[in-house]
Amino acid sequence: MLDPNISRYIWTHTKRQQLWVLMIVALSMIPYFLSLNLPKQIVNGPIQGDGFADPAAVQTFMQIAFDLPILGTVTLFDGIQLDRLNTLFALSGVFLLLVIVNGLFKYYINTYKGRLGERLLRRIRFTLVDHILRFPPATFKRLKGAEISSMVKDEVEPLGGFTGDAFVAPALLGGQAIMALVFIFVQSIPLGLITAALVGVQAFIIPRMRRRLLVLGRERQLTARELAGRVSEIVDGIHTIHSYDTSNFERADISSRLGQIYKIRFDIYQWKFLVKFLNNFLASVTPFLFYSIGGYLALQGQLDIGQLVAVIGAYKDLPGPLKELIDWDQNRQDVQIKYNLVIGQFAVDGLLEPEIQAVSAERAEGKMSGPLAAVNLGVTDDTGAVGLDRVNFTLMPGETVAIIGNAGSGADILAEALARIVWPTQGQINAGSADLHSLPESISGRSITYAGTDAYFFFGTVRDNLLYGLKHAPITDRVIEGAALTQRQWERREAVWAGNPEFDIHSDWIDFEHQGAADQAALMPSVYAALDAVALTRDMFDLALRSHVNLAEHGDLAAKTVEMRRVLRDALTKADLNRLIEPFEPGTYNTEATVIENLLFGNARTPELMAGAIINNPYFLSVLKQLGLADTLFSMGTEIARNAIELFSDLPPDHPFFQQLTFMKSDDIPVYAMLLKKMDKNSSNITDSDRTMMIRLSFDYIEPRHRFGLLSSELMAQIVAFRTAFNEGLPANLKDAIEFYDPEQYMVSGTLLDNMLCGRISQKYRDGVERIYAVAGGVLRELGIYDTLLSIGLDFHIGAGGKRLTSVQRQKLALARALIRRSDYYLFNRPLSALDTRTQEQVLIAALKYLRKEGRTPAVAWVISNAKFAQLFDRVAVFERGRLVEDGSHAELLQKNGIFKELMSA
Amino acid sequence: MLLNDEVKMLKQVPLFAGVSPAKLKLLAFTSERVSYRAGEVLFHQGDAGDAAFVLLAGRADVIVDGPTGPIKVADLEENAIVGEIAILCDVARTATIKAATPVEALRISKDNFFKLMSDFPEMTIEVVRVLANRLSQTTVELSEARSRVAALSKR
Repeated sequence: MLDPNISRYIWTHTKRQQLWVLMIVALSMIPYFLSLNLPKQIVNGPIQGDGFADPAAVQTFMQIAFDLPILGTVTLFDGIQLDRLNTLFALSGVFLLLVIVNGLFKYYINTYKGRLGERLLRRIRFTLVDHILRFPPATFKRLKGAEISSMVKDEVEPLGGFTGDAFVAPALLGGQAIMALVFIFVQSIPLGLITAALVGVQAFIIPRMRRRLLVLGRERQLTARELAGRVSEIVDGIHTIHSYDTSNFERADISSRLGQIYKIRFDIYQWKFLVKFLNNFLASVTPFLFYSIGGYLALQGQLDIGQLVAVIGAYKDLPGPLKELIDWDQNRQDVQIKYNLVIGQFAVDGLLEPEIQAVSAERAEGKMSGPLAAVNLGVTDDTGAVGLDRVNFTLMPGETVAIIGNAGSGADILAEALARIVWPTQGQINAGSADLHSLPESISGRSITYAGTDAYFFFGTVRDNLLYGLKHAPITDRVIEGAALTQRQWERREAVWAGNPEFDIHSDWIDFEHQGAADQAALMPSVYAALDAVALTRDMFDLALRSHVNLAEHGDLAAKTVEMRRVLRDALTKADLNRLIEPFEPGTYNTEATVIENLLFGNARTPELMAGAIINNPYFLSVLKQLGLADTLFSMGTEIARNAIELFSDLPPDHPFFQQLTFMKSDDIPVYAMLLKKMDKNSSNITDSDRTMMIRLSFDYIEPRHRFGLLSSELMAQIVAFRTAFNEGLPANLKDAIEFYDPEQYMVSGTLLDNMLCGRISQKYRDGVERIYAVAGGVLRELGIYDTLLSIGLDFHIGAGGKRLTSVQRQKLALARALIRRSDYYLFNRPLSALDTRTQEQVLIAALKYLRKEGRTPAVAWVISNAKFAQLFDRVAVFERGRLVEDGSHAELLQKNGIFKELMSA
Repeated sequence: MLLNDEVKMLKQVPLFAGVSPAKLKLLAFTSERVSYRAGEVLFHQGDAGDAAFVLLAGRADVIVDGPTGPIKVADLEENAIVGEIAILCDVARTATIKAATPVEALRISKDNFFKLMSDFPEMTIEVVRVLANRLSQTTVELSEARSRVAALSKR
């Protein structure tokens, strides 16, 4: 647990360094005092001529001699004789040297303190996160993630800055202040008393006045923390906010919080400057007393004037350190409060012992003896609601058990309790003869695999998340040398200094051998099999096909993809589906593609040639006009406009049919209607922009889809001719602006699917994509890029919390992540609730089969959402209202005429 | 085949005979043109009904799963509409439709069909009229069949 006293905490962890820096500070005093005396020597000696009355006079420089009590005068260095000018330069040189030495001391001390602070900050932050990892599960019901992270990130930040000064500053400043005070006392006791009294008042009043500042500071911290919590709530709940139109309620809430924070901060300023004013006043009142009382005493003859001047001189050195000392104390209290506010949140009862989570590279197999048994297990939540009531349930090694129960029956709580996610309030869970909760997580967390309804995914790729459940301990160290090794050694050293663990995040954290594979590549086939089992393979393919592939990472993929075009076409021909894809061929019009795609015959790489902007490109327009296409496309656009208006003018603007109208928006209808009227009245007053509008309409036309009958064979030939003309005359600034369709080349600007098809899927055949998929799988295997494609799919970034996947995909992924772990016990808690019943059954069967491959016989307890699946298991346990009400084989329970039968018929 | 030809074909379908050509054109435009090769299946018995089909070219067989296996119960010719019952009353497909020759069809999705009906009541009335005709015809056939059964059982 963290020490509640910040100073003690700092001392415990940095005492050796603190003592060292104190010693260095003391040492730095010597050159500092020497440098104070030197200016006087320079001015009095060589400049004013003290001791240099005679131009030939010389003085001894750098004599090092000590008067020692017994030995008499010991001379270490006789010194050298220098004349006036040389003495000036020599002394100035010494001054410069001292300045440099002082600067170096300061530099060293400051960096040392800074490093000390940063290390301590690292230690605190780590300790806090370590605590989070060890919180008992129930704690998280009332924690806001953003508040906790703002504590770890921001609130402990000032502690680092304070660490370096925690002991050095009071020692240094206190010493200086006491020295000045003692000096005043030596000169005059009454003035000393006055000074001491005023210092006492200052030291008493100011910190008290500042207490309010501390209270305000505390409020500021809490309100800021709540603000962070609210902001993250807005982010998490954004869809609820949109759908319930509560955005302005949120605005009001944030505004009121910001107002509160503003008020607190403004209060802080007001007090801060009031205290400052008072402090300055008290500091200046002392000289006033010196002048008046000291002057009076001097006039009375009780104090000589020299002493008074010395006292005033000495006092000059007092307010500075004193003020800094008071500031330091203020800072200390402030940091102490912040620290207490933070650790108060982290002082949680029932923290897991560190041993429970000790890192261990040893395999867990066989270490947890079976069976997994709930004995008199009771779970009550923090409101007192009973979730499980004295349940006795045993999961024998190797058996499969279906757990059934409606919501609130306790079935899911049992699964969570067996997985250590929920802690028992009564009774206990035994793993063999041991209490499950006394086992280290390195045994229970590897022997038991759990997958629930809403699994969490970490920010990263599908692959990262799939393999996440295997990363228990650094297994093999990286083999590194040179700069990387130096860097690693530094990392390790620093980690130890700051009390962090020295595990290497870059080592192999997966025990591949235990997974039955030599390395990650060898592991992948079994991962792919798990994806097959949960029916996620197709999704991975889709992700891969829709992605723009980094060719550098996948060596021969480009060549294979180009090859695939031909192989796929052959395969389709064999399946009599050759008309499914209409390929892009340089000399042929592709009727399944739009007019603009046929014109450009490539993908635009720069925005000026992209759809929407290209019509304004002068070069493009000039070639259109040159080939007479501008007029043809204009009349084609006009026909499209007439057709569209005839079809759609009666429909309200928000009608769903407008989705079919790919080339127009509902707002465009009246605009085009006006334009057509204008043209019909007098065709001579058509402007260039009118023409552009019409030509643009023609661009998205696809004959088989829109069926207006506007594509004659002459027009198609003209468009094909345009390609060549456009390509050949391409000006230098547009040279790389288009990547042309080339049946023999991979197109970097296209997705993998675009590249495999190098054509368009015909609209005519229903489920064309499905049919191609059916053929493509075999083709991919034949070409040996099936795995490459899956691997590209696995590189898909799933976003925060896996939100870029659908809920179905997330559940499937969570199940696959659980399946690839090699455990003795598998607990599944309605892991497929988002899937339809048919797929659920199919995945369930495949998952059970996957777990039993290679002769493995792990135990499986599956909380099923449909009683029909129960027959797939050795045993069935039925829960109702927190109790285990029926337990036996499927056949037994069917005969019993109990709740199970009721559930079956429901 | 172009939109205008499709409209002419739709006009021949009794269900749409009374609907104005402009509406039919919209119906055709919002529907999908699909091709099937001989032997391919438009939909299976038991599938959820999500669309009706109008045969523009070719012929198709109506096949029902009998106790002894699939039985062909009817032929579909050009201009026939099929599958409209399933989309109107949300029941599963009552038969399998298989292309006997290469088939060109217009696939009218359930959503679009309903949308058109609600937007253009005259079309709804037309549809109701056709269905009512069919019902009365079926009723007549049923009562004839019943009287025949009654006559048989008396014997």
